[in-house]
Amino acid sequence: MSDDQPAITLYRLQACPYCERVVRVLDEHGLDYRSRFVEPMHSDRNVVKRVSGKRTVPALVDENTGVTMSESANIVDYLERTYGNGEVA
Amino acid sequence: MVDFDVVELPPHDAPDVGDTAPDFTRPLVDEEYWEDASLSDLTDEGPVLLVFHTMDGAFPSTYIWNNLRDRGVPEEVQTVGVSISSPYEHKTFLAERGVDARLFSDPAADVATDYGIENDLDDMTGITEHRPAVFLLDEDREVQYRWVAAQWPDFPDYDEIVAAVSDA
Repeated sequence: MSDDQPAITLYRLQACPYCERVVRVLDEHGLDYRSRFVEPMHSDRNVVKRVSGKRTVPALVDENTGVTMSESANIVDYLERTYGNGEVA
Repeated sequence: MVDFDVVELPPHDAPDVGDTAPDFTRPLVDEEYWEDASLSDLTDEGPVLLVFHTMDGAFPSTYIWNNLRDRGVPEEVQTVGVSISSPYEHKTFLAERGVDARLFSDPAADVATDYGIENDLDDMTGITEHRPAVFLLDEDREVQYRWVAAQWPDFPDYDEIVAAVSDA
């Protein structure tokens, strides 16, 4: 929204365990992020589809690297490789 | 409106024209998602019409937003609402009203306290919401125009709002 927004945006669903898994890794690495919450109904998730090509959450956009990705295992791998020591939690 | 006296609301302590409106951060809901946002994030981008209203589903919310929509106010100025309704309710409300605006969710009505416009609802124990009120803020959150409900219910003069927005 404004210039001081975090580079990482996480599209998430409240209480979604796959999303929380990603949040845990973001927190472990002290990464600043903003959350955009969407609805449980897949048909109500056009914004996620526009951003990532799929309607699934979590979806992560990292402006540091230009990466956008879906699926928590992929995202966790990516975060560990990019910001961690490469060991997947 | 009716042939009897409408119930008066007690005095309020809302910011007046020339005052700086309190900043706050709450989930801000559009038709697609919600995320934390600060009022100051919005005013940094330009003037903001800040509309406090009853919980979504109560008829005053419907009236106010239909009128703002039909006068094209959200197209003229960033227009945001605040109510105690949840983000899920806000999304449904925006879709039903077909209004191009965003709504803050403030379930505990703490922002109402900061603005001096709490409205304790009779016989809805434990529920405090925001007294209907409209503030036009400039880039420094200085109040340019203000309307605060004096009765229950009460509605703003929409022509006044349009005029204030045109001058902003």
